[in-house]
Amino acid sequence: MEQTNFQLKKQKSQSNDWSARLHHATRATREDWMGKGISYLCIGVIILVVASMLWFITSKGVATFTQNHVSLTKFLFGTNWAPDQGHIGALPMIVGSFAVTFAAAIVATPFAVGTAIFMTEISPNKGRKLLQPVIELLVGIPSVVYGFIGLAVVVPFMRHVVGGSGFGIISATFVLFVMVLPTITSMTVDSLRAVPRHFKEASLALGATRWQTVSRVILRSATPGILTAVIFGMARAFGEALAVQMVIGNAAIMPKNLISPASTLTSQLTTGIGDTIDGTLPNNALWSLALILLLMSLFFNALVRVIAKRGQLKHER
Amino acid sequence: MLKQYSFEETAVQTFDEKTSLAMKTENLQVFYGANHAMHDADLAFPKNQITALIGASGSGKSTYLRSLNRMNDGIATVTGKIWYHNVDINEPTVNIYEIRRHIGMVFQRPNPFAKSIRENIVYALRANGLKNKAELEERVEKSLRGAALWDEVKDSLDKSALSLSGGQQQRLCIARSIAMEPDVLLLDEPCSALDPISTVKVEETLLELQKKYSIIIVTHNMQQAARVSSQCAFFHLGHVMEYTPTGTMFSNPQIPVTQDYIAGSFG
Repeated sequence: MEQTNFQLKKQKSQSNDWSARLHHATRATREDWMGKGISYLCIGVIILVVASMLWFITSKGVATFTQNHVSLTKFLFGTNWAPDQGHIGALPMIVGSFAVTFAAAIVATPFAVGTAIFMTEISPNKGRKLLQPVIELLVGIPSVVYGFIGLAVVVPFMRHVVGGSGFGIISATFVLFVMVLPTITSMTVDSLRAVPRHFKEASLALGATRWQTVSRVILRSATPGILTAVIFGMARAFGEALAVQMVIGNAAIMPKNLISPASTLTSQLTTGIGDTIDGTLPNNALWSLALILLLMSLFFNALVRVIAKRGQLKHER
Repeated sequence: MLKQYSFEETAVQTFDEKTSLAMKTENLQVFYGANHAMHDADLAFPKNQITALIGASGSGKSTYLRSLNRMNDGIATVTGKIWYHNVDINEPTVNIYEIRRHIGMVFQRPNPFAKSIRENIVYALRANGLKNKAELEERVEKSLRGAALWDEVKDSLDKSALSLSGGQQQRLCIARSIAMEPDVLLLDEPCSALDPISTVKVEETLLELQKKYSIIIVTHNMQQAARVSSQCAFFHLGHVMEYTPTGTMFSNPQIPVTQDYIAGSFG
């Protein structure tokens, strides 16, 4: 009896002011605020860092054109790179970067897609147990190791087989091929695994063979994902500095063929950055190269987004 | 708590030699690893009729159905005999692709490919080597008409199949199957993801289709079995308990377990 009374009393005292009761903050609401605050803080810091990096590189990169009054066309299309003498034609490096990037992507994609199909469709068990760890390992190897192997194995091999110094675009392509292969493979595997199982079942139930199912249904519906994988691989190849620098020969001249020394935007940056003085033309010119790299990576990102959107749109119409 | 029923007490009809059969299974057993999912299924399916397989979840009816066109290959071990045109198609030497062309299947969830409506239908035809454009077009129209979808989609054959409603998607899947001109059509709970109106349309389609095809349909929905089927098999915990004409099954079930299931005591 007493207990009932007590409970009644307590309820009465609480229920007097419903407005206050329903508006006051409890521990749950405070936790909510806190969580929100922390998330916003993190996002804010990241945005700040990215924005200041963009601003920094852009402001330094355009100094070549605003302070040193080099014309943009000369920079983009000139072929003479001698910053000490005031010549900063960046075309050789731009061509070198695109050449190694596309060549590596073209060579790596068939291998990557083939491996991914094996891992998802042909032998999922072996794929998971054997190939997955191998690929993860390949991703984790530092680029200097790839470069070193390139220098010790690929360059002498090329020298032996095709002659010349062995340094050049083809050696860089080979090293980059090995470096982007795991990136493209693992992302392709993800996109193949994301293909709904019922597509495969439907195709098999119609009497299609496994090959027909893989090539016409599974690969087709994974195409946006595979393209994204290739672009990520290209972005990695485009941005790779050290390994490329070690095998490409670093001659800032227009590449005439695939086996003569050349250079890329990144290799030129790492080679030259230590030898220049802040604020001078040679230094600013390097920042301009960095700006091109930045713009290219933004472009790759935008491309990935466009592809993802296209892939969705196609089936909502 | 589920009552224990004897698996010995069954009532499974057989057909005399005058009835022409689409398919027949003998001693069909299905194992998922150590799990014995289907015991001794002996069922015969008359031609140009709809046979419904009913039973609670986990009773093995879908497992049984998937064995009939070898869709359990690589998933489960199937032993016993599956007779089709006097050939045991459960033999490993049988060409499974050929079988699936003659024994089509429609799944529980509508699963059109992420392609256009037309492409969904011509996909399998092309995979089979049919290249003539006029003939492909003809087959598209014929199969869409057969699945009672033509009037709704004839002006938008190039639209993505995924833009169709669930019921239309399922009828597209039926159209896709009959475009191959199979003998037998297996349907695995084709209406469980559909609203009542779409369900009625699919059922009307099936009743029309049985003139040309032999249909075996797994369903959760007893009213649906009563509405569309001529024969009805009741599965319970991996056993075929009763197989009778549908009228008998619902008005005069032969054994206690079926009586209880029909009465709604479990399931």
